[in-house]
Parts: sequence; C-alpha cells; structure tokens
Amino acid sequence: MTTERPPLNRLGKGLRRLEAIDKVTGRVDYTHHVTLPGMLHAKIVRSHVAHGRLVGIDTAQAKAVPGVHGVFTGADILKIIPEPYYGPAFHDQPILAIDKVRYVGEPVAVVVAESPHVAEDAAGLVQAEIDELPAVFDEIEAMHADIYVHDSLRPAGTFADLKHLNGIRDTNVALTFGVKKGNVEEAFKTAHRVFRNTFKTQQVMHVPLEPMVSVADVRNAHATIHTASQTPSFARTEIARLLGWRENQVTVKTAFLGGGFGCKLYVKLEPLAVALSMLCRRPVRVALTMAEQFYTITRHPTTFNIESAVDENGRILARRCEVIWNGGAYADIGPRVTQKSGFTAPGPYDIEHVDVTSVAVYTNRPPAGAFRGFGIPQLVWAYESQADIIAREMGLDPVEFRLRNVLTDGKRHATGTVMKDAAIPLVLNRVAERFGWSRPFEHGDGRYRRGRGIGVGIKACVSPTTSVAAVSVAADGSCSVQCNTVDMGQGSDTLMAMIVSEVLGVPAESVSVVNPDTDASPYDMATLGSRSTFHMGHAVRLAAEDAQAKLLAMAREVGVDQVDPADLGTLFVRKFGMQAGTVIGTGIYKPTYQSPDKSTGQSEDITPNWMIGGTAIEVEVDTETGMYTILRMENVVDCGTALNPLVVQTQISGAAIMQLGTVTLEEMEFDEQGQLRNAGLSEYKIPGIQDIPRSIGRETVDAYQSNGPFGGKGVGESATFGVASALAAAIEDAVGVRITQLPIRPEKIWEGMRAQQEQHA
Amino acid sequence: MNIDIEFELNGRAERRHVDVRDNAIDMLGRCGLKAARESCGQGLCGCCTIYVNGEPASGCLYPAWKLQGKQIETLEALDAADGGLDPVQQAFIDCGAFQCGFCTPGFVMMTRRLLDAHPDPTDAQIEHYLSGNLCRCGAYPEIIAAVRLAAQRAGARG
Repeated sequence: MTTERPPLNRLGKGLRRLEAIDKVTGRVDYTHHVTLPGMLHAKIVRSHVAHGRLVGIDTAQAKAVPGVHGVFTGADILKIIPEPYYGPAFHDQPILAIDKVRYVGEPVAVVVAESPHVAEDAAGLVQAEIDELPAVFDEIEAMHADIYVHDSLRPAGTFADLKHLNGIRDTNVALTFGVKKGNVEEAFKTAHRVFRNTFKTQQVMHVPLEPMVSVADVRNAHATIHTASQTPSFARTEIARLLGWRENQVTVKTAFLGGGFGCKLYVKLEPLAVALSMLCRRPVRVALTMAEQFYTITRHPTTFNIESAVDENGRILARRCEVIWNGGAYADIGPRVTQKSGFTAPGPYDIEHVDVTSVAVYTNRPPAGAFRGFGIPQLVWAYESQADIIAREMGLDPVEFRLRNVLTDGKRHATGTVMKDAAIPLVLNRVAERFGWSRPFEHGDGRYRRGRGIGVGIKACVSPTTSVAAVSVAADGSCSVQCNTVDMGQGSDTLMAMIVSEVLGVPAESVSVVNPDTDASPYDMATLGSRSTFHMGHAVRLAAEDAQAKLLAMAREVGVDQVDPADLGTLFVRKFGMQAGTVIGTGIYKPTYQSPDKSTGQSEDITPNWMIGGTAIEVEVDTETGMYTILRMENVVDCGTALNPLVVQTQISGAAIMQLGTVTLEEMEFDEQGQLRNAGLSEYKIPGIQDIPRSIGRETVDAYQSNGPFGGKGVGESATFGVASALAAAIEDAVGVRITQLPIRPEKIWEGMRAQQEQHA
Repeated sequence: MNIDIEFELNGRAERRHVDVRDNAIDMLGRCGLKAARESCGQGLCGCCTIYVNGEPASGCLYPAWKLQGKQIETLEALDAADGGLDPVQQAFIDCGAFQCGFCTPGFVMMTRRLLDAHPDPTDAQIEHYLSGNLCRCGAYPEIIAAVRLAAQRAGARG
C-alpha cells in the first residue's frame, strides 16, 4: 500500500534550532530569570504529615521577622478566592491546604518577603498544628481501604464524561475506565495456555533543570503571569475561572522552558502567585527548589495485572488488563492518563477478546500527572514483559511471537478503531535488523553473561484537542508565527518556522516565532503528549496557507501576477503606497473523534494517529554482583515523515536516555509515614554522561502519516516505550532472573541469582 | 548582614554590595549575567559552573562574599561582541548538543576546560570532566560528538 507523498522543499531536511546561538551563549530567555520592579519572594511552608486535620497555623513569629511582608494560609486565600480549588480534571486541589492535609509536602502556608533569604528564614518559624489521621499510600490498599483521601469527588466539569462522578462519597477511586470486546471468559476457558502476571512501576519525578517558577503581577482588574508553563492557554482559563474574571483580564506569558516533560502542565504555582500578588499588592515570585519539585508533581506508580490466553500457535486469543494508577493526593491529569492511555493496555496486538479496567486512585502521596509518555511507558513495561514471558515459556523467538500477533493497518484495535498509518511490524523488524537479531548471540559462560531483549509499544495521540495559530506577514515581507506551543527543548519553534517556509517559500531562518503570550497568540490546548507537530503543525500550515491566499488576492488587486516570496514587500508598497500594513493568516485545527462508548469503550475513531516506538538492548551482567552494563541500545520509531530530522534524531535518543533513568536509577523512596527520603539530586540520581549505553542507535522508519501535516506526527515520547521491558528481557536472557518491579537495580538481580542458586543447591 | 566586595568579572573590575547569604549565582544575576544558573542547589548538576581564579566552581555553593579579590569568569566571556563564538560553542551548535539549553552553559564551560587541559581527550577524560554536569534532555551522545568535533577542529588548525 502506498500513499502519494507530495514533494517537500524545506521540511524533511535538517535545520538547527533557531535559538541555537542564544542557548550556547547563555542568553536565551527563561522564566527563571524574570524579575519585575518591586518583586517580592515567596517561600512555601509544607505539611510534615501525610494525612491530617489542620487545627491551626501559628504565623506570629514569622510575621515579626524584618523584611517579611506577610504570612498567608488557606484562610487568607479564601477571602479573595471563595472557591480556591484547581485542577484540569477535578477541582480538588486547594491553593493552600484548607481543613485537611493529604500528603507530606503539601503547601499549608506561605511567607512573602523582600528577599528569598528572609522568606526562607521566616518560613522555618511557621508552626502548623495538625491532628494526624491514618494514611494510605499503596494503590491496591487505597482501592479497598476505609481511609478516604477526599470526602467526595469534585470533577471539573470541563470533561463531559467525568460529570457523573460529582459528589460520590467514601471512595478513593477517582475514575474507572473500561474497554470490552468479545467474550473474554469463554476464550480463557478454551485456551491452550493462560499467563497471569503482575508488573509494578515506582514513583519518579520529571526533574526539569529549570525548576518550576511563576511570577504574578496583579493590579486592579488585570493579572499578568510570567510562568514556566507548557499550557499558557489553560493557565489563563483556569486563573480567570478562579477569580471569576474574563479571560482577557488574565495575561499568561512564557518563554523557553528549561525542560518540562509534563510537569509544567495545567496550573501548578500560578494560582498561588496570583493570590499572593493580590494580597501583597506587589509582583510576587514563587520559585521552587529542586527538592520542592518532588512535592509538586510526579509520575504515577502503577500495578498492572495482565492475563493472556494463548493458543498452541502462539496467538493471543484474549487478554484481561487491570491497571491501577496511584494518583497521589490530587487528581491533576491522572484521570485522563487512566483513560486516554489506559485503552492501549492490551498493547500493539490483534486480540479478539479484550477486557481492560483502568482505575485512577487517590492516595496520601505527592500528586501524579503527565510524564513523558502519559502513562504509556508503564503499560508497555507490563505488556511487553509478558510478551517475553509467553515467548520464553512457549519456546518461541520473541520477535517471531510478536510478529504473529501485531496489529497491522486495516485491523481493529481493542477499541474498535481501524489501524491506519501505524507501522508496528516495520518498526519491530527494523529494530531487529539493526540489532542483528537473527545472528547467533553469544551469551558467554564466565563471570560476565550477556543477554538481549526487544519490544515495541504504541501510543494513541490524545484527542480531541484544538490548536489555533496565526502567521503574520509584515510590510517588508518578513513573517512571524503566533502560537502558544511552548518550546521546552523539543524544537517546536524551529519546526513551525519550517512549516511557514514550506508554504510561503520564505527562508525558515528568517521566520520569527513569538514567545507564547495569551494576549498575542491564540488558543492551544497544551504542549503535551507529542501533539504539537500534528495539531499545531496543521494549524500553522493552515495559517500560512491563509496568509498565502491573502497575499495572492492582494497581488491580483495591485496588478501583480505572482507572489514572489523574496519580494513580498513590493505588494505592500503597491497596496498601501508605502511600507505599511500587515497580512494575517489564521488556522484552526481539530481532528475528528468519536467518544468511546460508556460501557464498552468502543469507538470507530479513538485517535487521529498512532505513535510507535521499539527498542532492543544488549546487556552484560556481572554474575557475582548483579551489576550490569548496557552495551547497545537500538531505538526505532514511526513518526511519519521526520519533518526536522536533526531534531527528531535527538528526540529519539533523548527520550530513550531519560526513560533509562526511570528504569535503572530513579525511585522516590518513602518511609512508613509517607516522608520522602530522597528529594533532591544528592540522593535521587538521574542519568549522567557515565550512565548512558556505550552505543545508541536511532532510526525513523520510512513511513507517512496521511492525515498529518506533510506526512508527519509526534515523536517526543516514542523512544521511551520499549526501554524498560527490553532491559528486563535482556537481563533474564543473560542470567535467568525476571524482574517485575521497576527500577531494575543490581541488588534485585543479585537477590534473584542467589535465590536460583539456593533452589539448585 | 551586607558587605562590600571587589573582584574582577570577565576581565572588568566590579564592586558589589552583597548579603552574606548570597551565593555567587545570586550576585551574578544582579550583575545582569544569566548563563550560570542555579538548578539543583547542591553542586551536583553543573548548571551554575563558573571559573574562580581559573578553576571551575559550582556557583550555587560559592558564597558571594568569598569572591572578594578573586577573578571570576562566566560563559558570557567566551563569545566575542562581534558575534564570533568560541569553537566549543560552535561545535555544540553543529552537533545539536542541547535541547532545552538550561544545562548548556555548564557543559560548554567544562568542555572548554577539558580541551584546554587535554586538546585531544580520551573517552575517559571526556567522561571525567563532564560527569559533574547533568542534561535531563539526554543530549549526551551529541555532547560527546561536539567535544570531539571541537577537539578535531582545534587539532586541524593546530
């Protein structure tokens, strides 16, 4: 099957980032550096208790410190914002704790002072009196416990499918989502073999090197917020809602982000900064330390119970998936992760009978939300690990077993949507070929043993969402893009300039991309989930085409036959008699979508595109210590046309390396009281230059997304999918130890090897 | 408590009024310099790398008052006013050795230091010099390529 691929002029050829010089000279703008005249500094006082009734807060001593402007609690916030609860899916999170605290580290008070040093000193003098309540931390316990994190559910109302949850009491289950297809019970009864496994993931943090920061300046009836945010448009809507203001009374500006990875989504510090600026009548900066970020937003720990019925030919007949997402104390976007990623839990496989239950659960841990992959890495870890277990038990090659079962274009996904432009077998085959999977593999027989693993995962692009863009042509013919896609390192500004270049014929290097600013740029849902290339790419394409049509009309009006991209200025001079005027093209993009059926989760159109990622890993394990070295890692993705290949290549290896950190090193460790033991980089280790595999391969398969902008789709997460299971499989291949709980630490391997020896002894 | 200090910043004499609690990055920010920036606050990520009397230091752990009488260099001293970049900076661009760019100043400073000491560095030397810098975007393969490219270009000129 071939789709016609129109030729490309600018896209498809690599372009270095437009802001490259500013980044290597350290002069690029981050919100981190924003200072405003008269700006005050805030320091948050945090709960030392995981779950409790807030009895009182003594602020007197802190207020007496010279240089302190004010010390504020939830009661102060209530005076200016009567309903101070925020969140994208549930309005469950108070700006500062009211009545109750729900996790260790929850903000209970805040000191505002002339300098950060004074604020920090005074924050240490605030005393919160809290009556401790029993707490629940584990997602399975929380499902059945009689300890309730929230008295009742408070869905936001933005999502129609969550409204029915309003007011439900005595539960920690925020949302249950299901996909049902065929007759799973029957299929399990008649199956040749049945496999039942449980896989777990740990809590991890995004660790952007630019810590979260918001600066608010509220005067009379207008709020200006400078914030390191992936969602300027949502932040405006949410602040306007909290204040009961019109959207145009709120301005949200952002700059380049020093990393986001999902933690800077929706609102985090913005409501507090706005409230403090209103209370102090001065600009206020709320900036977190690295350690404080761990108490703000994290990635869901998960438990995934997966059962598969397989026939004698190695075909998966039926699969039952129960995924429990530990969302922590506040829902954030967890319910969306539960649903939008939950429906891919059966994996990239063609399975006739499917039963998926995906459950969002509250616990007394720091909140969990979006994290590069939006839940997919946790799911792939489980279903690909089980694929390896099945293949091993049935004596099948892991690649062959997968190829017998993978979804190909034209087949129906578990949700009922017909697969299209999803190069799953191609990705798998290319990973295998790059790795040399069919060649004999030498495991070694001495102290050091080698092993290999391979896997593939899929993600459905989040839907339905909207992006809007404008392309402006100035009177000298120079072009700029107004859009609220936030460049946090993924190179989106450069791509949008390339799209304008492709449509209008002007050099991409000459196109300026305006920093997101809700006063200057139109609505965008968010920079998340690898959606920007597809959605904003279309919006910018449409805006550029609109500008082109207007330029053409102007040319005809002034008697010129053609629009020459090198001389657009002449049109303006002819039309306006001088270098004057502006042409503005606009574009709005929202893909088609059909909501899943409430009882079965079935939909003919669940997503506009599928993103595919596969990984193979070769590992060497020291049988005496359990220490291991990743010798090779191969990563292959389907991102349709690689629109800016230079950036795409680095997104592939960067995503794989970041994911490797969460697979090998990272774990937020809590004691039995729910105190986090390792907030900060001294004890929470992320990968350094010495931690990366000796060889990292990366490739985009020859593919085309026919409904994508110029054949493209997103790529920022795809290389995370296959990493965890491939490493676990490689370790099992090397030393026979099967890891089912992340991270994969040498001591777990060592314990596994010792258990084997004891069994054999 | 505040004190006055004098020091040399990127070749110019400076005099500043600092709080004893200020670290070098707090003070440099008030001097209008933003390349060295505080991230982890524990001297572990390298985002705040500066040179003090020619030696790399973590600015986030360096009390500002201790800079009295010292020579300080930041990334801003590396590129020329006419737009000419240091070869290390050019190599970082050519190899795409950054994504969000927040860690980049620290990596450039340490790479400059590495190549001054070892013009033709071994893999072990690259790893050693850059092991105190973290890049959450995972641009390490491109950073290593950039170090090699900068070394190779310097060697070719040599």
